[in-house]
Amino acid sequence: MFELKLDPKSAKEPIISKIAIEKNVLINIVKASIGPREGEMIIEVNDEKADEIFETFKRYGVKIVKLERVLVRDDEKCVHCGACVSICPTEVFRFNEEKKIDVDITKCLHCGVCVEVCPFGALSLK
Amino acid sequence: MKTIEEINKKIKEGSVCVVTASEMKEIIDEVGYKKASEEVDVVTTGTFGAMCSSGVFMNFGHSDPPIKMQKVWLNDVEAYTGIAAVDAYLGATQLSETQGFEYGGAHVIEDLVKGKEVTLRAISYGTDCYPRKEIITEISLEDLNQAIMVNPRNATQIYRAATNSSNQILRTYMGTLLPNFGNVTFSGVGEISPLVNDPEYRTIGLGTRIFLCGGVGYIIGEGTQHYPPYATLMIKGDLKKMSSDFMRAATMPGYGVTLFVGIGIPIPILDVNIAKATGIRDKDIMVEIVDFGVPRRDRPVIKKVRYAELKSGKVEINEEEVRVSPLSSEYMAKKTMRTLKRMIERGEFYLTEPIERLPVKSVLKPMRQREIIVVKTVMSKDVITIFPETPVEEASRILIEKEINHIPVVDENNRLIGIVTSWDVAKAVAMGKIGKVSDIMTRHVITVFPDEPVDVAARRMEMHNISALPVIDSKRKVLGIITSEDLSRLLAKKGAR
Repeated sequence: MFELKLDPKSAKEPIISKIAIEKNVLINIVKASIGPREGEMIIEVNDEKADEIFETFKRYGVKIVKLERVLVRDDEKCVHCGACVSICPTEVFRFNEEKKIDVDITKCLHCGVCVEVCPFGALSLK
Repeated sequence: MKTIEEINKKIKEGSVCVVTASEMKEIIDEVGYKKASEEVDVVTTGTFGAMCSSGVFMNFGHSDPPIKMQKVWLNDVEAYTGIAAVDAYLGATQLSETQGFEYGGAHVIEDLVKGKEVTLRAISYGTDCYPRKEIITEISLEDLNQAIMVNPRNATQIYRAATNSSNQILRTYMGTLLPNFGNVTFSGVGEISPLVNDPEYRTIGLGTRIFLCGGVGYIIGEGTQHYPPYATLMIKGDLKKMSSDFMRAATMPGYGVTLFVGIGIPIPILDVNIAKATGIRDKDIMVEIVDFGVPRRDRPVIKKVRYAELKSGKVEINEEEVRVSPLSSEYMAKKTMRTLKRMIERGEFYLTEPIERLPVKSVLKPMRQREIIVVKTVMSKDVITIFPETPVEEASRILIEKEINHIPVVDENNRLIGIVTSWDVAKAVAMGKIGKVSDIMTRHVITVFPDEPVDVAARRMEMHNISALPVIDSKRKVLGIITSEDLSRLLAKKGAR
């Protein structure tokens, strides 16, 4: 998972497509906000190619930062209500047999929607 | 046939047979409700969810010199003190005057139960018997003479589920509702919920002893908005005996503060019919899903589903799969009924006979209002419209001549296709783009229907940060326009009356 900061020059170029073709890699855009003069994007690439892609974006003059935030649940605060279940775009949260909520962190896109909806403030991105 | 007295005798002797509502359903499936009614003495039910109508009566004791509190705050959350000098009622949903949605009455209640100190601030006008005019001090739960939880409406029998047909995200007391039927939320725990297991209120009534937030409480009658089969309970219990394991302060994002309350109610199996009722399953309980996209009292019902479908995590709306979030905790509700079961088995909890039953019939009235003012009575009917081919200069002339700021753009059938504002025109002039109206108009127009209340129109303008809404019919024909000036005139008139 990377965060890209686009400047006036790179914001005008189809930079994602360029790199995807050049490196023959699938780039999943998790979040994008592109303005006329700047932009921000969060992308996801396969772990094997991550370092190579990181360098390529740098070469194209894009500011790139590796995101290492993780979703953390405070088990003291969670009552397993399920408000997060239908909100998460990737179904990170599921009820188990005991009706407690299991968190599958590997599916998490760090979008933060669940953090906002939890009535108990039990979720955070750290 | 059994009596409560007989069951209490068995509790004392240690020979009582108590099962949870979940266990009872399996027993009935296995041996039938007749045999189950002979073998089982008590079924414990439970629920754990957001119950806004909750709060605590407190007596702070007298200060020296004494004060007759006129207003009182606990950690900046105001409590109602329009009763005796140092009595107050702290409501769960009251917001902190300094922290807003982050902290409220429910949080104060939870902090007190956890043994934390809270800051009390009170003011008064001073009297001969209560001369003091202000006090600021720290108090904890043990400093209070009484702290009695009295909840006017808890444990609703069945609660309607929510969804959102509008194209905006909604922050509601039913949680966050995603646009275009993006999700469904529901409250309540279905087949293990107390009133669902005694739908004729034969054993649950005034005087029934219950498990309340880790302590012991009582039902003191039907709750507010009691409307069978949407029955509700009014309950009380001693806050000093409660545990924060079975209650939790919460914030519904963008809506406000509420208290999650854990309630367990024992159902004595006095006869076959009572046993039969406890066999109810999630597939037998119907719930309506209502549309919060319509900001009116009578929200349209989108669909009727069974609890089992809601609990499966997915329902179908308009042939699409929609994901579902519960808002109550089934895990905690089950923990509640298991805890109550153990308390009865150990002889720590005896059953009571209700001295009055809950009403089985009741009416739910809407608020009597002076009037509901709708858009068509306030809008300007002689709205000026233009065609998209009109030159921008012509539009600017109309804006100035007619002293208006908005012109709806229509096609030859008077159907709305855009809107142009004085700002759009000014911007076009500044950028030297003086062409046709269609080049500069806004195509995605926020509109209102003639029969919608003006409050809805005002909220819509506020949400979109705009100052006028074209009024259209179902075929998008322009009937008028309502502006923020129309609304301020209306307010001025109301004030003058």
